[in-house]
Formats: sequence, structure tokens, C-alpha cells
Amino acid sequence: MTNYHLQENLAVSDSGFLFHASTGETFTVNETGKTIIKLLQQKKEKDEIFSQLVNEFDIEAGLLEKDYEDFINQLKNFSLIEVK
Amino acid sequence: MTKKRYERPVISKHYSGLMNKYGGRQMTPPKTHLDGIAVKELTEKFGSPLFVMSEKQIRNNQQNANRIFKNRYPKVQFAWSYKTNYLDAVCSVFHQENSWAEVVSSFEYEKAKKLGVKGEHIIFNGPDKSSEALLHAIKDTAKIHIDHFDELYEIKKITETEKLKAKVAIRINMDVGVYPKWDRFGFNLENGEAWQAIQRIASNKNLQLIGLHSHIGTYMMSAEAYRLAAQKLSLLAKSIKTDLGIAIEYLDLGGGFASHNTLLGQYLPAEQIVPTFEQFADAIASGIFSASFKTEELPLLILETGRALVDDAGFLLSTVLANKRLADQRRAIIIDAGVNILFTSFWYKHKITPAQESGMHSEDVTLYGPLCMNIDCVRESIVLPPLNKGDRLVIEYVGAYDMTQWMQFIQMRPNVVMIMEDGTVELIRKSENLEYLLDREILPVKFKKSSKQSKTKH
Repeated sequence: MTNYHLQENLAVSDSGFLFHASTGETFTVNETGKTIIKLLQQKKEKDEIFSQLVNEFDIEAGLLEKDYEDFINQLKNFSLIEVK
Repeated sequence: MTKKRYERPVISKHYSGLMNKYGGRQMTPPKTHLDGIAVKELTEKFGSPLFVMSEKQIRNNQQNANRIFKNRYPKVQFAWSYKTNYLDAVCSVFHQENSWAEVVSSFEYEKAKKLGVKGEHIIFNGPDKSSEALLHAIKDTAKIHIDHFDELYEIKKITETEKLKAKVAIRINMDVGVYPKWDRFGFNLENGEAWQAIQRIASNKNLQLIGLHSHIGTYMMSAEAYRLAAQKLSLLAKSIKTDLGIAIEYLDLGGGFASHNTLLGQYLPAEQIVPTFEQFADAIASGIFSASFKTEELPLLILETGRALVDDAGFLLSTVLANKRLADQRRAIIIDAGVNILFTSFWYKHKITPAQESGMHSEDVTLYGPLCMNIDCVRESIVLPPLNKGDRLVIEYVGAYDMTQWMQFIQMRPNVVMIMEDGTVELIRKSENLEYLLDREILPVKFKKSSKQSKTKH
């Protein structure tokens, strides 16, 4: 189980515009980031997120770990995920 | 189904209410090719980092400069400033475009001679000219530009001892309204030192004063300063003719034209504020014409333009080694080209462009070189799309000074190639290796492992 949860009240558009309704903050995410956020909203586990990314993007699973952790850190930095 | 291109996931926060002087991301297209050759192909074949010179661009620049100046003044001669880039191949292109050589050291002088430049087409500048170098230059009838009185007396002594005649010019520094005022080279005009030097040359039968030289500064952003310099030199030449009866053959306005590299701390891009070649040419030509020379007495105009003719003909290809985050969450990227080979990053904001397609997203990053030294920061802050390890960057405007002021420090100096006009690629300087480095070192015998003497008592 993941020990972190994406904040509620997050809306992400197809163009990568991210709105946090609770704080009013807005962000931009790129295509890969948008995909991850959508999967996190669906409460997907890391493994599922990885396999989805590998299916969708031209990347090997082994290379994803580092970028994924970095992205999670960025989300933590913006308080968009809660660590439980 | 083809998969989408992968880009590292990135999120950036919007800050409203703050001034944003940068606007949106500059959507510069990737620079995948240089003169039609794929960057990927170049680095695969010649390694990374890699300096690339464009023969076509050098020729375009020189031909353009010739055309602009010759349209405004009847007698113009360019002399390639060796110190700006003295790779043989680069100098050769300039010489093929009819440029003379402007050198400031003995080895540059020898390099020019080896490339077949005639002595009379070598301008020998600089404060350090040894007696041997001066003797060579006098024998070759090179144009010696005297920097100080000690040099003047040295030349006088050599010509007396060797029973030779020397063709000389003097370098003159003057106030042309720019700061900082360069007064460390040559003789000052305003305080009368230049006139003293001229009189001493004129009174010596072995010395022939043929020219006047000035070089008012570097990366000059004012064309007006050149008008003043040209005018002051012209008036001085006329006084020399009137008072001493010597006809000055040429006025050398030196170099110093700014290139299109933007300086650190400069707000607007250089393209928007740096005077064009046309403006420099207008200023210089009108400065000379204002002295009202008779048409047949108009002196030859020599220009020692370096930077502005070669900066945009040089590229540095570099590869991303790693991505990391700094303590304040800013992104940092480590590339394989450090400040040891990109000396100009201490004062320029080089144009740095990815060599592969990227998405719309971008982030503010710090670019570090590969050296394990804190000073190795190629750029404090630059907006780039997310880059992965192995991605390539093209650093532009590195043709001037980087390939002469570079040093072997922690990393060796890399290969330099030239893309020829016909599209072929030639290696013009081999990368250094340990063998090259050790070739100059001498290990005293007692330190050698095999030596019995190394077993000293402790």
C-alpha cells in the first residue's frame, strides 16, 4: 500500500492545468505528470502506475523509478500529497 | 499503436500577482542539426563534449564584413586576431578569405608563418615581444606595433646591431568616452606620450613609421566610440604628415566589436542592443573622412575583428550526465561540458538549446559542469524543458576565446571538428588523453617505483 495520498479537490484538465480547489492554487503538469496524477486520483498502486506508463509512453519500467520518486517529491513539496 | 514520447514528469506552480519579466517559455525549436549534420551523429562519432566549427559561417561572416566595410571605405584590410581562435583550420579559412594575421605572441607569429602568411601580412601586437621575436619580425618585414618605450629602444638597438630597417606602427590609447578606459596598452594620446614616441621613431633612420593603431576596448556596445577613435587617429596622421613629413600608410582600428552573445546581467538580448557591422563601419569611415584626407592620401583601414567574426561559427555539444534537486527543490542538471572548456560562461549567457524534441513544459534549472569544483557552474538559471540523462544540448556562440582560453583541469580538452562547406566533417584538433598530459611531465628518478633510491629511510 502507498503511504501517501493525493489531496482531494484536485482537478486536472486535458491540457495539464491543475487546480487545487481547497487552496486556490494552480499548476501546470506535463503529459507524463498528468497521467500520473490521474492514476493517483484513481488510487492506483505504484506498480499499476508504472505498467500504465510503460504501455502509454516510450519508456522502460526500470528507468521510471527515479523520475517517479522525484515527481512524488515535487508533489510533496507543493503539499499536493499527504504522507500518512 | 505508437507510444507517446516520454518526458520526465514535471509540475510547476503558477504564481499570480508577481511581475513576470520572462513571459512564457521561449519556444525555441530544438537544434537537431548543425549545417545539415545531425548533432547525434556528431557526438556518436567524435564523442561528447565536442566543439564544432562551421566553415560556412566563418566565410559568411568574413565576406559580409568585407562587403560592409568596402561599401563605406575604399581601402580595407582585415587581419585575423589569432588569440580569438588560433586553431590552424580556423585561421586558414580566414586567410583564404584574404585576411592577414594579427598576433600577440611568438608562438602565434610562428603559427601564422607556418600557415604561409607572408611577414608583411603579419601584424605583431602585444606587450611581450622578445628580442629574438623582434629580430625575426624585422627580418620578415612584419608590421610591428610598438607597445612601450622599452620595446621601441629594443627595436632601435636590434636595427643598429643587425644593420636592418624596421617597419613599425605605434599603439595609441586615448579617451573615446568609454568606460573602462584602456590605457595599459600603447602610448597615451592626450598626455603627449604618443607624440613623443612618434618623434623618436621619426628621428631614427632605421625605423619607418608606417601606421597608427588603436584598440579601444572589448565587447564594445558603442559605435560612436569608434568614430572618435578613427577621427583622432586620422588627425594625428595628418599632423605627422604636416609636421614630420611622414605619410602614414594605414590606420589600424583594432577589434572589440561585440558579438551576439548576451552578457550576464544584461537585460535585453544582445541581438537587440549590440551595434551592427554597418553601424561600426559607418562610424569608422565617417571618422576617417572627417579628417579631410586627399583622396590619394587616404590611409588603408586595417581591422583586427575577432569575436564578432567567429563567435557564432562555434558550437559546443554537450550531454546531460545527471538530474538532481538542490536543497531548495530547484532542479539542477549536470552536463559534461564544464567551465574549463567554456571559459566564456563566466561572462556570457550563452544560447543553450536542446538537440532533441521536447514537450511544452519547461522548468528553471541550474546547469553545472562535470568538474568536482564549486566554481563549475555553466549557468545559474536557465529555462529548459525536462531533460533526461543522455540528452544533448547545443551551446551556441562559443567560437571566440573558448578554444584558446580553455584548460585541461580535471577533464581533458575535447575533440574539435569543422563542418566543411561541402558537408563533410573533419577532425581539426584531437581530444587530449593521459599520454598527452604525461608527455610534458618528468618524474624524478627517486620517485620511480623501480628505483632503489626510492627506498628512503623515514
